[in-house]
Amino acid sequence: MAQQLHVELVAVEEKVWTGEAEMVVARTTEGELGVLPGHAPLLGQLAEPSQVRIKQAGGQQVAYDVAGGFLSVTGEGVTVLAESATPATPAR
Amino acid sequence: MAAQVRVLRQRIRSAKGMKKITKAMELVATSRIAKAQAKVAASLPYAEAITGVLTALASNARIDHPLLTPRERVRRAGVLLVTADRGLAGGYSSNAIRTAESLIARLRADGKEPVLYVIGRKGVAYYRFRDREIAGSWTGFSEQPTFDDAREVGDTLIKAFTAGADDTDGHAGADGILGVDELHIVYTEFKSLMTQNPVSRIIGPMQVQDRPRSEAPGGVLPAYEFEPEPESLLDALLPKYINTRIFAALLESAASESAARRRAMKSATDNAEEMIEKYTREMNSARQAGITQEISEIVGGANALAASGSEV
Repeated sequence: MAQQLHVELVAVEEKVWTGEAEMVVARTTEGELGVLPGHAPLLGQLAEPSQVRIKQAGGQQVAYDVAGGFLSVTGEGVTVLAESATPATPAR
Repeated sequence: MAAQVRVLRQRIRSAKGMKKITKAMELVATSRIAKAQAKVAASLPYAEAITGVLTALASNARIDHPLLTPRERVRRAGVLLVTADRGLAGGYSSNAIRTAESLIARLRADGKEPVLYVIGRKGVAYYRFRDREIAGSWTGFSEQPTFDDAREVGDTLIKAFTAGADDTDGHAGADGILGVDELHIVYTEFKSLMTQNPVSRIIGPMQVQDRPRSEAPGGVLPAYEFEPEPESLLDALLPKYINTRIFAALLESAASESAARRRAMKSATDNAEEMIEKYTREMNSARQAGITQEISEIVGGANALAASGSEV
């Protein structure tokens, strides 16, 4: 499907990442979850510490380590609020 | 005469030195304003997003969080005052202090006991000198605040606010800590490069703009799913929101401080220039007068010699 999610990752001191993506994977205090286009509106508190992975079209993926984060899914897209967000080390 | 010229030359030299310093400070302040404004702009997306999330949450959940409900009886009111760490910023700090003082007077008139929290060395020095009690103070980041600073301040204030919930008249409640029932913040609003206004705002209990539930623009707000429960989400979100508000106030104050300093240093530079010009004129006329006098002395002497020589 050509449908894309509009994703914004904002930290307190700056906007960290914004763009279109196919899927966002994050872990809330209740458990891991993936957000695809058309997801029901959701507000979640992210687990501490947590990693947010944004999967873009073409298989690319960006990951951020997030502290003090919240996830908000609305009809328009996904917003990740974070006290601090740093690019995750590409380990694994 | 020569002595006067030397004195004036000395004064010009010192005025020039002063001008160099004030000019440098002006330039530094100018570049700091731009940086501070960029920081304010960079913090806006988060502030907007968290306000949006909070509004969504508030219209979905019952709002009876302690940080949102005004206390029945307000005994002690916390006042957070934001001032500068360094002077030479014109009336920046003293204007903020004056606004805080009038707020304190108003609180006292309402029968509330003010509790002071101060940011910035200037404010701390003001209250220390007058031997007035400060409940908490933070210094060293007034020009370049980070979110960690705001969080430190915010956590202290929120702790005091929650501790105030069970206080009775003159006695700390069950927790043994004398808290506050209201939180105010006094900071300097950045209107433009030329105008900065000190303002006082209430940050606790918070007033969330509770949109009428069914009359929100674009129909009903979407029914959200919450992870975890709305109440615990609110618990986690509200302190962050307060910290964001404090951070925004700190950033704006930093921009105002730099703008005030730039203006003060600009007028100091202008004054120094004026003084240099005035002294230069005076020195030139003194030198002229000296030369004229010397010439007339020589001429007078020669004439006298000539007159005495012809007599012999």
